[in-house]
Amino acid sequence: MKTLITSNDQTLSSTMDKRLGRAHWFCIYDEELKESTFQINPNIDSMGGAGTKTAELIIELGVKKVISGHFGPKAKEMLEKFDIQMIEVDDDNITIEELISRLNQHSN
Amino acid sequence: MPRNRRSRKIVAPPRFNGYKPYGYKKHNEDPVELLYEEYEAIKLADYKLLNHQEASLFMGVSRATFARVYENARRKIALALVETKEIVMVSGNSYSDKKWFNCIECNTRFTIPSTINKNECPLCHSVKIETIGT
Repeated sequence: MKTLITSNDQTLSSTMDKRLGRAHWFCIYDEELKESTFQINPNIDSMGGAGTKTAELIIELGVKKVISGHFGPKAKEMLEKFDIQMIEVDDDNITIEELISRLNQHSN
Repeated sequence: MPRNRRSRKIVAPPRFNGYKPYGYKKHNEDPVELLYEEYEAIKLADYKLLNHQEASLFMGVSRATFARVYENARRKIALALVETKEIVMVSGNSYSDKKWFNCIECNTRFTIPSTINKNECPLCHSVKIETIGT
């Protein structure tokens, strides 16, 4: 199962980006392979509909969970339709690494 | 970056997707988008006849915010009626009671899609979760 985390940078020690459509990077973490890959957000400078485009990208990637700070109304609607779990974290300083380790806690 | 909008709680989404005027030939292209929270505001204030203070508590926002949402709702409906526009429902900044959960242990908000049948927090796997706003 794959999880997408919005990130401010492309390393594991970077903090989570609280935005979804305008996040700098996406970290895609694969729970089976325990592998994380980073991908730049192609929609960061789009004029509008960044959230929707990102939601489309998420659906295409086949991700089952998304961790971000806040989901906009349109993205929320789309992700809901595709049964993708949305997780909103309020912590400003949490790193990607911490989030991944928290995701892994129960599977061990 | 502006402050995030506080989500408005709705008891149930409306049972329709929109309204269309009839007896009017010309097709109007741009519909009025009525948000779920605006529908809820109209329902609480004008159907259930609550005052704004009580209604705002139901929706988990301040009285002033409720008044603003309600005002917007009335204006949109008036606009649709006068300009014979369609009304379409849009989910907006609202959440339904049943969809969003809050983890008591780590204070994370999350949804549980129908494909997952475990009622636990996805991050700390605590089962101490509550539906938001109750």
